[in-house]
Amino acid sequence: MKEYDIVIIGGGPAGLAAAISAREEEIENILILEREDKLGGILNQCIHNGFGLHIFKEELTGPEYAKRFIDKVLKLNIPYKLNTMVIDFNRDKIITAVNEEDGLLEIKAKAVVLAMGCRERPRGALNIPGSRCAGILTAGTAQKYVNIKGYLPGKKIVVLGSGDIGLIMARRMTLEGAKVVEVDELLPYSSGLKRNIVQCLNDYNIPLKLSHTVVDIKGKERVEGVTVAQVDENRNIIPGTEEFVSCDTLLLSVGLIPENELTRKANIEISGNTGGPMVDETMETEIPGVFACGNVLHVHDLVDFVTMESMEAGKNAARYVKGMYEKKGEVVELTAGEGVRYTVPVWVHTGNLGDGVDVRFRVSNVYRDKYISVYFDDVRIMHLKKRILTPGEMETIRLKPAFFKDRTDIRKITIKVEGE
Amino acid sequence: MFDITIIGSGVVGCSIARELARYKLDICVLEKESDVACGTTRANSAIIHAGYDAKPGTLKAKLNALGNPMYDKLAEELEFPFRRNGSIVICFSHEEIKGLEKLLDQGRKNGIPGLRIIYKDELMKMEPNLSDEVVAALYAETAGIVCPYEMTIALAENAAENGVEFKLNSRVLNIVKKENFYEIETINEVIKTKMVINAAGVYADEINNMVSKNKIKIIPRRGEYCVFDKSVGDMVKTTVFQLPTALGKGILVAPTIDGNLLVGPNAVDVEDKEDVSTTREGLNEVLRVAKRSVKCIPTDKIITSFAGLRARCTKEDFIIGEADDAENFINAAGIESPGLTSAPAIARMVEGIVIQKLNPEMKKDFNPIRKAIKKFRELTNDERREIIKENPSYGKIVCRCETVTEGEVLEAIRRPLGARTLDAVKRRTRCGMGRCQSGFCSTRIVDILSRELNEPITDITKFGGHSNILVEKNKEGIN
Ligand SMILES: Cc1cc2nc3c(=O)[nH]c(=O)nc-3n(C[C@H](O)[C@H](O)[C@H](O)COP(=O)(O)OP(=O)(O)OC[C@H]3O[C@@H](n4cnc5c(N)ncnc54)[C@H](O)[C@@H]3O)c2cc1C
Ligand SMILES: Cc1cc2nc3c(=O)[nH]c(=O)nc-3n(C[C@H](O)[C@H](O)[C@H](O)COP(=O)(O)OP(=O)(O)OC[C@H]3O[C@@H](n4cnc5c(N)ncnc54)[C@H](O)[C@@H]3O)c2cc1C
Repeated sequence: MKEYDIVIIGGGPAGLAAAISAREEEIENILILEREDKLGGILNQCIHNGFGLHIFKEELTGPEYAKRFIDKVLKLNIPYKLNTMVIDFNRDKIITAVNEEDGLLEIKAKAVVLAMGCRERPRGALNIPGSRCAGILTAGTAQKYVNIKGYLPGKKIVVLGSGDIGLIMARRMTLEGAKVVEVDELLPYSSGLKRNIVQCLNDYNIPLKLSHTVVDIKGKERVEGVTVAQVDENRNIIPGTEEFVSCDTLLLSVGLIPENELTRKANIEISGNTGGPMVDETMETEIPGVFACGNVLHVHDLVDFVTMESMEAGKNAARYVKGMYEKKGEVVELTAGEGVRYTVPVWVHTGNLGDGVDVRFRVSNVYRDKYISVYFDDVRIMHLKKRILTPGEMETIRLKPAFFKDRTDIRKITIKVEGE
Repeated sequence: MFDITIIGSGVVGCSIARELARYKLDICVLEKESDVACGTTRANSAIIHAGYDAKPGTLKAKLNALGNPMYDKLAEELEFPFRRNGSIVICFSHEEIKGLEKLLDQGRKNGIPGLRIIYKDELMKMEPNLSDEVVAALYAETAGIVCPYEMTIALAENAAENGVEFKLNSRVLNIVKKENFYEIETINEVIKTKMVINAAGVYADEINNMVSKNKIKIIPRRGEYCVFDKSVGDMVKTTVFQLPTALGKGILVAPTIDGNLLVGPNAVDVEDKEDVSTTREGLNEVLRVAKRSVKCIPTDKIITSFAGLRARCTKEDFIIGEADDAENFINAAGIESPGLTSAPAIARMVEGIVIQKLNPEMKKDFNPIRKAIKKFRELTNDERREIIKENPSYGKIVCRCETVTEGEVLEAIRRPLGARTLDAVKRRTRCGMGRCQSGFCSTRIVDILSRELNEPITDITKFGGHSNILVEKNKEGIN
C-alpha cells in the first residue's frame, strides 16, 4: 500500500487550493486524485465570466480562474492522477481508487482533504410526474453538452428552477441558437445571484415566473411541452392556474447536493442542513486528520470563497501532518438561529482563532433592512445592518479573538436574523 | 420461410424463444421497439409471486405455481439476479385475519408450499418498520424478486446465441393467412412463417384480431411506482402487500433486487397503450397507501418514478393456445400479473403446443448457459485488479452512483442484441439508474455509443425513434 502525507480527493478549485497551501507549508508528499481527464473541476464547463472578483479583483472565466491554480500546482510539482475515481474511503484514512493504468489503488494517507464538489438534484428529487422521454436534463449536464462538446440538447427550452446554473444556461442556450421560453421558480424569490438574473434573463427578455412550477411533462419520444402552474405561499398548486407551455426540452436547475458518498462510507456524520460533513474552524471533520472544503462541505455561489476556505483546509492538513496542530481553548457550538439555515463551521475552539475565523452561512428567506446578530449564549455581541439578505447569496461574518476576551464559559454561539 | 415467428420480445416472447431454441426450427422474433424488454416487462413490481392469489383452476393459478419453482435453475443458467426474499400480506384488524385465511386456503388449493399466518410479534421481528396498526400477515417463503429486464435480455441473448433471429424496430402492421402459412407485414418487409406466436403484450388483442374472428379486447390498466434511493433499500426485507381488493393485489412496498426500495402500483384504466407517464394523483395515492403498511416512507429519498401497463383482458385469465379459427396461430395473450412469474411455465406450455403441431427435432448443441456482464461493483478488490489488468477499460468508471465501468458498457454494446440506445445501456449495466439519474454518466455514454456504433453524436437516442439526446451543433440554427 502506498503512503502519502496528504491525499486530496477532487481536483476542482477546492482541491487545488488545498494542495497549494499544503505545499506552501512544506509538505512534499501530496497526491491529488481527480476522476475527470483534467484538473479544474466544474469550472472547466463554466465558460462565462464572473470568477475571481474577490481574490484577483478581475473578472475571469471559469477555465481562466482554474488555470491560475493549475499552473501553480504544476509549478510546485504537486503530483496528481487524472481519470482516477475514488470508490472507497474509511476511518483509517485508507483510500481505494481505480484508473486504467494503475488498476486498483489502495493508498494510506496521514491526512485527507475531501474536495469532491457537489452534484445536481435530479427530477426524481421533486417527483415531477409525466413522461420520461428525451429532453429532460439537468442544467449542468446541458452545460457540459453545450460548452464542452459543442452540441445543443434542444431548441425550445423551459428552465425549472432559478439556480445559478439554470440562469447561466438560459443565456448560453440563447446565444447558441435556442429559444428559452421561460424560467419557472417554485419560491417567491430566485435562489440565484442577483447579477445572474439581470445579465442572463433580463438582458435577453427571458421571463422569470416566480411561485410557479412544472406539474406535468408531456411527450412520447421527446418533450412536447410542460404544464406550469402557480403555487401559493405554502407551495401548493393553485387549481385553475395550470397552463401548457410548448417546448422540446426541460432543463432542471433545482438545487445542488454536496457529493458525500465517500464521506458517508467513512461514517462521518452529515449535516441535514448543508448536506456536507460537520467541521470546526480548521475545516476538520470528526475524524482527526480528515478535512473538507468547497462544495462538498456546503454549496458555494462564488468560487473565491471556495478558494479561501480550501487554503485554510490545506494549511491545517499540513500542520496536522507536521504535528504542529493544536486546538487551544474550549469547544463552542455554533448554531443557526432564526432566519439562518446553517453555519460552517459548526464548532470553534476559542483559543484557536488566530486573527479571526470566518463563519459562512445562508439565510432561509429574503429579508430587507434586517440585522444579522451574533449571540454568545444570551449576550448579543454583534449586530450588523443588512439592506438585503437572500438565500441565494452566502454571507460571511468574522469572529475575532477579541470577542472571546474575558468570556471563558461560553457554551453556544448563535447567528440569527433580527428585526432590530 | 420461418417455422415460427414470435411477435413481441417481452418476458413472454423471449421465454418462448429461448425454450423453442432447443429445437431444429427457424425462429424469428419481431419487436416494434429498438430493444427487447421495452414493454410491460420493464415496468412492473418484479415479484416472483408465491401463487396464492389466483383463483384455483385458472391458468393464472396453474402457471404461477409451475413458474415460481423454475426460477432457481433459470437464474443459474442465465446468470440474472433473482432472490427468494419471501412476501407478506398484512392486515390491520382481527376481522381481516379471515381474509388471510382465505388466501392461505386458496394457496393450498393451488398447491403452494411454505405458506403460514404469522402474528404481530413474529411479524414485527421480521419487519420492524411495519406500521403499528399491523395485526397479522400471510407469510409466503417462496416469493422472490428478480430484475425483469435483465432476465428478459438474458433470455433473448441466450435464444440469439442458439440461433433465434431477432428483428428489432419491426412493428407488425398486418397478418394474412395463406394456405399452410402466414404472411406478416412489418414496417420493413413481409415475412413468411408457418406458425405465429402472439406475445404482443397490451397489443396482443390487435394481433389476434388481425387473424381470428374470436375477438379479444385488452384494456390497459396503468400502475405507477416510486423508486427510492439505495440508502433506504433495506426498509423492508420481504415484499409487503396489503390484503387484495377487487382491483388487484394492491400497493406493495418491496426491496428491489438491486437494493432500492419500490413502492406501487395503483390501478387506473387508460385508453392509450403507449401512455406510461406518471401522474401527480397516482404518485400521491401510491405513497399514501404505502404509508399505511410501513411507517416513515422516506419521500425525500425518491429518485424516480415510472408506470407500467397491465394487459387487462375481459376474459380475466391468460389466453394461451391455438386460435379456434386459425391453425398454427398461437396466442399468449392477456398476460397480466402474475405474467412475469408464469413466463417460464407459459413457455413450456407453448413448447408443448409446438411439439404437438410441428413435432420438431431437438438440437444436440443447444447451450443453455448465458454469462452475465461482470459487474464491477460486485467484485472483490482482487477480482477488480485482475479484470483491469486484463481489460483496462474496467478501470474507467463512467457511472458514479452505481460504479459502472466503461468495460461493462462496451460489453453491453458488443454482445448479441447489443445496446444501441442510452436506455438499452441502462437496462444492461444500471448506468444512470442511481441517485443522480444519469446527470454524470449520460454525457459519457453518448460518447461511447457514438464511437462504438460509428454514428454522429446527434444520432444517439434515449430509446430509439425521435428520442435524440442532442439535436444540433451549437449555433447551427443561427443564420
Ligand atoms: C454552473 C456554475 C456556475 C457558477 N458560476 C460561478 C460564477 O459566476 N462565479 C463564481 O465565483 N463561482 C461560480 N460557481 C461556483 C464555483 O464554480 C464552485 O463553487 C466551485 O467550482 C466549487 O469548487 P469545488 O472544488 O468544491 O468543486 P468542483 O469544481 O465540483 O470540483 C470537485 C472535483 O472533484 C472531483 N471528484 C468528485 N468526486 C470524486 C471522486 N470520487 N474521485 C475523484 N474525483 C472526484 C470532481 O470530478 C471535480 O473535478 C458556479 C458553479 C457552477 C456549477
Ligand atoms: C403494474 C404492473 C405490475 C406487475 N407486477 C408483476 C409482478 O410483480 N409479478 C408478475 O409475475 N407479474 C407482474 N406483472 C405482469 C407482468 O409484468 C407481465 O405479465 C409481463 O411483463 C408481460 O410480458 P409480455 O411479454 O407479455 O408483455 P410485454 O413486455 O409488454 O411485451 C410485449 C412486446 O410486444 C411488442 N409489440 C407489441 N405490438 C407489437 C407489434 N405490432 N409488432 C411488434 N412488436 C409488438 C411490444 O413492444 C413489447 O415489447 C405486472 C404488470 C404490471 C403492469
